[in-house]
Amino acid sequence: MADNALSKLLSTHDWLMADGATGTNLFNMGLSSGEPPEMWNIDKPDNIRKLYKGAVDAGSDIFLTNSFGGNASRMKLHGLQGRVREINRVAASLGREIADAAGRTVVVAGSVGPTGEIFEPMGTLTHTSAVEMFHEQAEGLKEGGADVLWVETISAAEEYIAAAEAARLAGMPWCGTMSFDTAGRTMMGLTSAQLADLVETLPNPPIAFGANCGVGASDLMRTVLGFAAHGSSRPFIAKGNAGIPKYHNGHIHYDGTPELMAEYAILARDAGVRIIGGCCGTMPEHLRAMRDALETRPTGPRPTLENVAAQLGGFSSTSDGTDGAGPAPRERRGRRG
Amino acid sequence: MADDEIILADLSDDELVLQMHDDLYDGLKEEIEEGVNILIARGWTPYDTLTKALVAGMTIVGADFRDGILFVPEVLLAANAMKAGMFILKPLLAETGAPRMGRMVIGTVKGDIHDIGKNLVAMMMEGAGFEVRDLGINNSVEKYLEALDLDKPDILGMSALLTTTMPYMKVVIDTMKEKGLRDDYIVLVGGAPLNEEFSKAIGADAYCRDAAVAVETAKAYMLRKHNAISA
Repeated sequence: MADNALSKLLSTHDWLMADGATGTNLFNMGLSSGEPPEMWNIDKPDNIRKLYKGAVDAGSDIFLTNSFGGNASRMKLHGLQGRVREINRVAASLGREIADAAGRTVVVAGSVGPTGEIFEPMGTLTHTSAVEMFHEQAEGLKEGGADVLWVETISAAEEYIAAAEAARLAGMPWCGTMSFDTAGRTMMGLTSAQLADLVETLPNPPIAFGANCGVGASDLMRTVLGFAAHGSSRPFIAKGNAGIPKYHNGHIHYDGTPELMAEYAILARDAGVRIIGGCCGTMPEHLRAMRDALETRPTGPRPTLENVAAQLGGFSSTSDGTDGAGPAPRERRGRRG
Repeated sequence: MADDEIILADLSDDELVLQMHDDLYDGLKEEIEEGVNILIARGWTPYDTLTKALVAGMTIVGADFRDGILFVPEVLLAANAMKAGMFILKPLLAETGAPRMGRMVIGTVKGDIHDIGKNLVAMMMEGAGFEVRDLGINNSVEKYLEALDLDKPDILGMSALLTTTMPYMKVVIDTMKEKGLRDDYIVLVGGAPLNEEFSKAIGADAYCRDAAVAVETAKAYMLRKHNAISA
């Protein structure tokens, strides 16, 4: 058994609760749109402490650092590409401080989001440059005391692979989730089954893999059921959005209630998910409702897609590409050799 | 039939156009260039070549993208092939004074680096005969306004992939309102976290869930605009 905090917790718990939203919480503290949230690690560290503490106090066993966009490609937008290491180090060290004061084991997961660029041949990103960017970020997070790297919202297999290699270079255990937001697949067309296969081909597979963000809690559950149906034995992660974003008086509000997220947490647990959390729109009150439900409600049989739709609402597409029931591909007139 | 080599030059016009639709679908850039050159050599007008071979082909790609049959990598390859065809046709279209669908300025909002969807929209709009100026990523309200002033487009397109950046669209629209410019433009917005309700709440004309819908929406608004002028 690996000696990192996350593996240890997983070995003694049936499920763990991760955190909720970062962006939504920071907006509520006054972050303005277009501003890089990662700079608050340095400029407004008390807000970041408050963000982390909100998750810990609501019962999260794991929380993600405020470093989602902290790679050179994203920070360059703000002319901050020279401060990647510092921004990530501080993101993790603030996390370490809050986790160590929690009075129980809380895992500091160093968030690593996508570069926002496309791989060759369609784009300009290469494996080498992606690994380099992720590695730089990983070293910062490691220096600041992150327990694991938490790669999230990825849509391309190449980017997932590059992040895995960066984790290996940094000597860090890691977790990795993708965002399945396009007809049940990632933007790049990956299905849940394809991600489940992909993780097993890596030289340093993640501790856990799964899905985050995407469309809503129902779609996310369908993806998770796809992992389970594929027969994966590695722990799954589910971090779904609290409903759909709505716009009210100048800020974004997600329409998922704490009650809905509690239902989602129970469905996720019964589907065999080991790490359950939220994503955009998931506030401390949602997390408290989830924790309470997970602790008090009895386990049930693995839910079906019908159960999910009945409790969380319908899906954004009829198929997610794993059941052969999707729309038929176009017939060609004749194939080229 | 994989071993049957297809000789484009041997195909009749109708068959060639259908084959070009397939080749666009498969993202075959050189074959598209060849097909365009053959049609032009056979005396097709640049405009017919554009609409019947390229635009019609991209419409199929767009529909299958919308329906979850094709995904971003395939569409990028198809758009790339289309661009290669467009590159040949552009100077010819300018010479022959072919009709333009309209003009669009498009860009990803401030704080947001994501441009995959925005690039797709730009390419598909060009494929549909629009003149597109792409402002790239990370655009401040000042940059949008400058481009509107300079290019006098019919349409302003804004894109955001993050919930942290999408509210910036409202900043741009509000500034347009303040300056009395809002009604001079059709404002289309798009991006993964957006939806219809959001687009209404911020005062955009329409939300476009993908590049194919963006083209359909843009065409519909242009038609309305023309009707309003001629009425």
